[in-house]
Amino acid sequence: MDIFVQQLINGLVLGSIYALVALGYTMVYGILELINFAHGEVTMIGAMVALAVIGALLGANPDLPGLLVVVAGVLVAVPACMVLGFVIEKVAYRPLRKAPRLAPLITAIGVSIVLQNAAMLIWGRGYVSFPAILPRGRHEILGATVTDLQIAIVALSVLVMVGLVLLVERTRLGRAMRATAQSREVAELMGVNVDTVISATFVIGSALAAIAGVMVSAYYGLAHYYMGFLLGLKAFSAAVLGGIGNIMGAVVGGMLLGIIEALGAGYIGDLTGGFLGSNYQDVFAFLVLILVLVFRPSGLLGERVANRA
Amino acid sequence: MAALLSVDRVSKRFGGLAALEDVSLSVMAGEIYGLIGPNGAGKTTLFNCMTGLYTVSSGAIRLLGQPVQNSKPHRIVELGFARTFQNIRLFSNMTALENVMVGRHIRTRTGVVGAVLRGPFSCAEEQASRQRARELLGFVGLAGKGQALAGHLSYGAQRRLEIARALATEPKLLALDEPVAGMNPSERREMGDLFRKLRDAGITLLLIEHDVKLVMGLCDRVAVLDYGRKIAEGTPEVVQRDAAVIEAYLGGEPA
Amino acid sequence: MTALVARLRRNPLLAYGLLAVLLLLLPFLVGAGLGRGWVRVLDFVLLYSMLALGLNIVVGYAGLLDLGYIAFYALGAYLFAWLSSPHFGIHLPFWLVLPTGAALAGLFGVLLGAPTLRLRGDYLAIVTLGFGEIIRIFMNNLDAPINVTNGPQGINLIDPIRIAGLSLGQTTQLAGITFSPPHLYYYFFLAMTLATVFVALRLQDSRIGRAWAAIREDEVAAAAMGINTRNIKLLAFAMGAMFGGLAGGLFAAFQGFISPESFNLMESIMILCMIVLGGMGNVPGVLLGAFLLTVLPEALRYVGDWQRAVLGNVVVDPNDLRMLLFGLAMVMMMLYRPAGLIPSRQRRREFDADDGVAEQEQASLYDAGA
Repeated sequence: MDIFVQQLINGLVLGSIYALVALGYTMVYGILELINFAHGEVTMIGAMVALAVIGALLGANPDLPGLLVVVAGVLVAVPACMVLGFVIEKVAYRPLRKAPRLAPLITAIGVSIVLQNAAMLIWGRGYVSFPAILPRGRHEILGATVTDLQIAIVALSVLVMVGLVLLVERTRLGRAMRATAQSREVAELMGVNVDTVISATFVIGSALAAIAGVMVSAYYGLAHYYMGFLLGLKAFSAAVLGGIGNIMGAVVGGMLLGIIEALGAGYIGDLTGGFLGSNYQDVFAFLVLILVLVFRPSGLLGERVANRA
Repeated sequence: MAALLSVDRVSKRFGGLAALEDVSLSVMAGEIYGLIGPNGAGKTTLFNCMTGLYTVSSGAIRLLGQPVQNSKPHRIVELGFARTFQNIRLFSNMTALENVMVGRHIRTRTGVVGAVLRGPFSCAEEQASRQRARELLGFVGLAGKGQALAGHLSYGAQRRLEIARALATEPKLLALDEPVAGMNPSERREMGDLFRKLRDAGITLLLIEHDVKLVMGLCDRVAVLDYGRKIAEGTPEVVQRDAAVIEAYLGGEPA
Repeated sequence: MTALVARLRRNPLLAYGLLAVLLLLLPFLVGAGLGRGWVRVLDFVLLYSMLALGLNIVVGYAGLLDLGYIAFYALGAYLFAWLSSPHFGIHLPFWLVLPTGAALAGLFGVLLGAPTLRLRGDYLAIVTLGFGEIIRIFMNNLDAPINVTNGPQGINLIDPIRIAGLSLGQTTQLAGITFSPPHLYYYFFLAMTLATVFVALRLQDSRIGRAWAAIREDEVAAAAMGINTRNIKLLAFAMGAMFGGLAGGLFAAFQGFISPESFNLMESIMILCMIVLGGMGNVPGVLLGAFLLTVLPEALRYVGDWQRAVLGNVVVDPNDLRMLLFGLAMVMMMLYRPAGLIPSRQRRREFDADDGVAEQEQASLYDAGA
C-alpha cells in the first residue's frame, strides 16, 4: 500500500513537470499545427543555463542562501529560454509557414540537434550535477515520504498553470491566441497581428519549459545535454494523451502520464513475473502514445481536433 | 428504372451545426441531374458525404443498391462513382498525363513485384493505361497537352483535366462540383457540350452548379437545396415555377 | 575534357561502361590513394546508400516522415546476429537470414504503420521516433532474465557472409590479386546497392510510384481518385522497412559485431539528412547525400589533426562538431535549398510552388469526429 502511495506521489511530481513541458507543445500545435521538436531542447537549455548561474554564484560566494541562488538561476534561465524560443520560431519556422509540411518538421529536428550539440560543446558530455543547496525537509504522509522539493515542484507548477490559464482566458493576448488557434485567416482579418501572437506563444511556452527544466534537474540532481530529448518526447505524449491543442488536456495528460509511469515502473516487475524491470520505465510513455493514437486520437479532452489529426 | 444513386434521409451535423437535414434524392441512370442552391446550402457537403470524404450523421446512401454511407472514398470510386472538386485539386506537379494515369489506379493491378520486374502483364497494363489516358485527354479536348504540368495549364484546361482524371476511373456516375465556375459564356457553352458528350457516352452526371441557366438548359432533373434541406425536385420547368424555390433561391422573382 | 563529356552524352553505353569499370576499380584506387581504411568507408557509403534509398521510398516518394527508421535496420541486424552467430549457436546461411530479416522488418513496419498512418504525418514522425526508442530500450535490457540481446555489450562473432565456399570475412587471393574483407564486401554491397537502385527507380516510375506521388501531393484528391491511401502508405512504409532490415543484416555480417549503440536516434536522423541534403525523392540525389554524409565525417577527422598542428591541441572534438554541422545543414537546406543538391524535377516544383492550400486542406480528409 505505501509503495502505491509513494509511487502516486512520485508520479504526481513527475507529472507536473511533464505538464509544464506539454503545455509548450500543445500551445504551439494549437496555433500552428506544428510539432515543435526543439521544445525538449529548450527545456534542457533552461536547466543548463540555470545550473551555470547557480554554479557561478556559488563559486563567487558559497555561503549564499540556497533558495536565493536557485531563484536567481531560474530568473536568468527563463528570459534566456524566452529569447531562444523567439529566435527558433523566427529563424526556423516562420520562413517555412507556407512550405510543404515536411519542411518545418525537418528544420525542427535540425534545430534540436544544433541545440543538443551546442550544449554538449559548452557544458560537456558528462552530467552536470545540481548542487545540494535546497532545503531537504521530509514529511510522512500515509506511510509515504514527501520531500520539500516535491511539494515545491507541484505547488510552483500549479501556480504557473493557473497563471497561464488566466493569461489565455482573461487577457487581450490570450483572446488573440485563441482566435488565431481557431482560424489564422479570420484572426488576421479581425486585426490580430498573427505573427506577434505566434511569437508570444513560443516565448510563453519556452518560459514554461525553462521552469520545467530547472525542476527536472533539481529533482534528479543533475542535468545532461541529452535530457531534453526523452523529456520532450514524453511531454509530447502527455499532450497527445490529453488532447493536443487543448491546454487543460496538456495538464491532465501530463499528470496522468507521470502517474502511469511511476506506477508502471513500481509494478512492472510484479506484473511480468520479474521478466521486465523498472529499466523499462521509459517505454510507458510511448505505449501510452501509441494506444491513444490508435483508440482515441483526439486525446482525453480533445474535441474537434480529431479531424485535424 | 432503378436509381443509380439514392440518398435516403441523410443528415450531417458539424458539432451543433446541421449542414444537411433529412435530404433524400435519387439519380437515375443516364440522366443529367442538377443540384442547385444558394451558397452554404449544403451542396458540397452532400457531395462529400456521397463520395466518402465525410461520414453521414444519419441516413443511408446507396450506389447501385449497395449502401456506401460509411465506405471509404476508394471503395466508392471502385463501385463507379467519381468526382471533381470545386476548388480544382489536381496533382499540380505531375504532368497532365500522369494525373489521368493516377485515375487508372483503381482499374489496374500491377503491384510491387510487377512494377519492379516489369513482366509482360505489367508492361501491357502500363501501356494500356498510358493509351487510355491519352484518349481521355483527347476526349476532354486536351490532346497534345499530356506532357504539360497540371499546375501550368490554364484554368479551363485544369477543369477539363480533372474531368479526364475522374473519367479514367471508369465511372458510371460522375459528379462535377461547380465545373463552370469562373468561366466566360463561350467556355461555358463548350463545357455544356462536353457534358452532353459524356451523357451520350453513357455516363450519368450529377452537377452542382451556381449557373441556373446552364443547369436549366442541360439537366433532366434538378433538386434545390436551401439551408441543408431539399426544398424542391423535378424537371427544370417544374422547379422553376416552384414557389419555395423562387422564394429561397431566385430572390422572389421568377427566373 | 569537354569533348569526352560530349562523347559520353552521345553514347550512354560507353558512359555506363566507364562507370562500371570505375566502380569495379574503386576500392583499389581508393586503397592505394587514401589508405586501406578508406575502403571500409566505401563499404559504409554503400550500406548507407541502401538505407537512404529505403527511407527515400517512405519520405521522398510517399511524403511520410519516418524518424525511427534505424529501428528496422536494428531488427535486421539483430535477426542476422541471432540466426548466424554463436549467441544461440545457430548458423544459418546468409541467403536465408537476409530475406527473413527484411521480412521481419517489413512486418514491424506494417504493425507500426497500421494504427498511425490514418493520422496526420507529424504523428507518424513522433510515433516512429518513439518506436525507435522502444526498440533500443529493449535491445539494451533484454539480457535478463533470458539473454536475448546480450544487453549493451551486444552480440559478437557474427558469421561473415559466405558465397559458394568463399568467406567475405577472410583475405583471399583471386587470380593473383589480394582481396581483403573490405574489398570483398565492397563488391557484394555494390551488387546489393545496384539492385536497390534498380528497385527504387522501377517503383518510382510505376502505378505504385504514381500513387505515392499522388498522396504526397494531395491526399484527399488521391483518395477521391480511388487510391486506397492507407494501404498505399502502408506499402511505402513496409517497403522502406524491408530495405532497412536488409541493410541491417548486411551490417551485422560485415561488422561481425553489433550493439544497441549503433542504432540510436542520431543514426535515423543522419539517414534522413542524407535524403534531405541530396534531394528528396531523387535517386541520384539520395546517393550523393549518402556519399557526402558518410565521407565528410571521416574527412572531419583531419580537422582534429589540423587543430593539433596549428593550435597545439584539439579545441573542438571533430566528432562533437559533426552532429552540430549536420543539424545546421538540415536547417540551412530547408531554408535555402529545400529540394536538395540534386532535386527531383517534381520535388523542386513542390517546394517552389508558393501555395500551402493543398497542404492545409490535407487536414480535413476524414472527419473522424462524426
